[in-house]
Amino acid sequence: MSTDSLRPDHEAILEMIPHGSSVLDLGCGDGELLAALVRERGAHAQGIEISEQAIYKCVAMGLSVLHGDIDTGLSEYGDKSFDYVILNESLQQVKSPDNVLRETLRVGKWVIVGFPNFAHISSRFQLSIKGRAPVTPSLPYEWHDTPNLHFLSISDFIGYCRRRQIAINRSVFIGDRRRVRLFPNLFASIGIFLLSNGS
Amino acid sequence: MSPERSRPAKISSDDIGAPSSAISEDGVAASGSVGVVDTSFFTFAASPNELTLESGEKLGPITLAYETYGRLNEEKSNAVLVLHALSGDAHAAGVTATDGRLGWWDNLIGPGKAFDTDRYFVICSNVVGGCKGSTGPSSLKPGTDRPYGLRFPFVGIADIVNVQTRLIDHLGIGRLLAVAGGSMGGMQALEWMVSHPERTRSAIPIATAVKHSPQQIAFHEVGRQAIMADPDWNGGDYYDGSPPAAGLAVARMIGHITYMSDKSMAEKFGRRLKGQRPLFKFSADFEVEGYLHYRGQSFVDRFDANSYLYITKAIDLFDAAHGKNLGETLRGVGTKVLVIAFKSDWLYPAYQSQEIVRACKRAGIDATYCEVDSTYGHDAFLLETEEETHLIKHFLERVSRDAVTESAGNTP
Repeated sequence: MSTDSLRPDHEAILEMIPHGSSVLDLGCGDGELLAALVRERGAHAQGIEISEQAIYKCVAMGLSVLHGDIDTGLSEYGDKSFDYVILNESLQQVKSPDNVLRETLRVGKWVIVGFPNFAHISSRFQLSIKGRAPVTPSLPYEWHDTPNLHFLSISDFIGYCRRRQIAINRSVFIGDRRRVRLFPNLFASIGIFLLSNGS
Repeated sequence: MSPERSRPAKISSDDIGAPSSAISEDGVAASGSVGVVDTSFFTFAASPNELTLESGEKLGPITLAYETYGRLNEEKSNAVLVLHALSGDAHAAGVTATDGRLGWWDNLIGPGKAFDTDRYFVICSNVVGGCKGSTGPSSLKPGTDRPYGLRFPFVGIADIVNVQTRLIDHLGIGRLLAVAGGSMGGMQALEWMVSHPERTRSAIPIATAVKHSPQQIAFHEVGRQAIMADPDWNGGDYYDGSPPAAGLAVARMIGHITYMSDKSMAEKFGRRLKGQRPLFKFSADFEVEGYLHYRGQSFVDRFDANSYLYITKAIDLFDAAHGKNLGETLRGVGTKVLVIAFKSDWLYPAYQSQEIVRACKRAGIDATYCEVDSTYGHDAFLLETEEETHLIKHFLERVSRDAVTESAGNTP
C-alpha cells in the first residue's frame, strides 16, 4: 500500500517520523496509523486505546495495544522511553489535556499532536451566522453525542505552547484534503504539531 | 437434582469431566478436535539426583503428567506450553480414550483453533504436588509403603515451573514460542517469563495476578480450614480410610462461588427452587444449593484433599516479582506479552491484570492487554472462546512471524 491512500493527517504524521523509531500512539483507535507506521517506517509501535472493539481490530493487524485510558496510562513509562508519542484526534477527548501533554513530553523525546480546529471558517459560520454548534468533517458530532470534551483552535494551541514553553518544531495544517499555508486558524480543519520540551 | 437444566449455552468450567456433546456417537471427535489423546508421563530426579526445591528440601523421583497435540517442527520453534488452573489436569484438548472426557481448553486447542495444532506443537503440563498423574502428596513416599500425606515437601509455583522446564528439556525444546494459561496457569506463565525469559518467546497470562490479594488468600484459607476441620482428614493420613469428603466438598463449593459472578449466578439459577416448595429441613431448596452440593460431591471423586491444600498454598505464596518490583525484574526481558482480563471477574479483578501491564510498561516490554466484556466471572477464561480465540490466534501469528524474522536475521 502506498502513502497515497493514507488519510491526510496520517500522511503528515508519517512524514514527521524517521525510519526505525519507537512510537506510542495514544488513542490509536483501529490502529490504522500504527499499522502504517510499522509498514512504512519500520516503527516499534505500541498503542493505547479505550475501546474493546478497537483493540480486537488492532490485534488482528498484529499490533501491540493496551486497553486503557490515556489520562492514567502514562505514569509507568520511564522518561524518554519512546522516540515519538502521538496524540492524534485524542487530546480533545482526555479529561486533563494539561496533564496528558506534560506526561507525553516526559515519556517521548518528541510529541506529535493533531486535533480538529474549532475556529475553522465553517465552524465560525455555523456558530455566528446560523447560531448552531458546529458540525464539520473534522468535528462530525452533534452536541449530545460528541466524545470531545475540549474545543480548541489552532491559535489556542499555539498560545498554550508558548505559555508552557513547549517548542513547536514543525506544524502542518490541513484544509479540505490539502495543506493550508495561509491563515491556518481560519482555513485549516486540522492542525498537526511536532513538539518537544522547550527548555 | 439437575444443574444441567439451567445451564447456559456455553459449557462452563464445572463441565470438565462431563462427556462432551462435541463427540459423535461412535466416539470419533468432531472436526476441529485433536481427537483421542493419551496422557504421557515423564519421570526424573530419581535418587540420588533428587530435585532441590525452592525451600531447600529435596524431592525425587518426580513424575509429571503431560499431553501433546500437533507436531513439533524441525527447528523446534513452534512449541506452545499450556498450563492449567487449580483443579485442572494435563488433559487440555481432545477426548480421553477411556471415558470420552473432553479437555478443559478443547474450545481453544485443535486444528484451526486459537492454539492451532496444524501450526503449533501444543504441550499441556500437569503440576508437581497435584493428584492428576504427577507426583504429589497422594504418591507413595519412596522407601516407605505409605503415601506422602503431609510429609510431602512444600512446592511453590517456581518449583512447579522448574519441574516443567525439565519436561521441556526432555522434549528437546530450547525455547517455547508461547507459554499460556488462566488463573494459576497464568501465574505459571508469569513465572516462566520471569525466571526463564530466554526460553519464553511470549507469554499469555489470562485472568491472573502478580500475587494474591488478602481476599484471594482468605477464600483459599476457608477452603483449607474446611478440609482440615473434617475429622476424616486425620492430619493428612486418610489414604487407607475415607477421605475428608465433606471438607473438600465445602472447599470446592466456596471455590465455585468465587468463579462465577452475581449476574452469571442469577442467570443460571435465579431463585428457582428444586422442588415445588421449600422443605424447611435445611436440605437443598434452591437450585443454586443443589448445584453447589453436586459440584462439591463430584469434586471429591476426582481430587485429593491434600493436593488441594498444597496447591492453594502454592498459589497464595506466589509472587511473580519474587519480592521485588516486577517492572524491575522484567527489565531487559524480550518476551512478548498478551494479558487478558474479564470485566466481571471479581476473584481476579482486572486491576490485577493491569498490574502486569504496568510492570510491562516500566520494563519496556512489548505488551497487548484486553479487558473482555464478560458476565461469566472468573470462569470466563474457559468460556469466552470467541474473544480469546481472536486475541490469541493473531498474537501467536505475530510472535511466529517475528520469530522467523529474528532467526533469519541471526543466520550468519
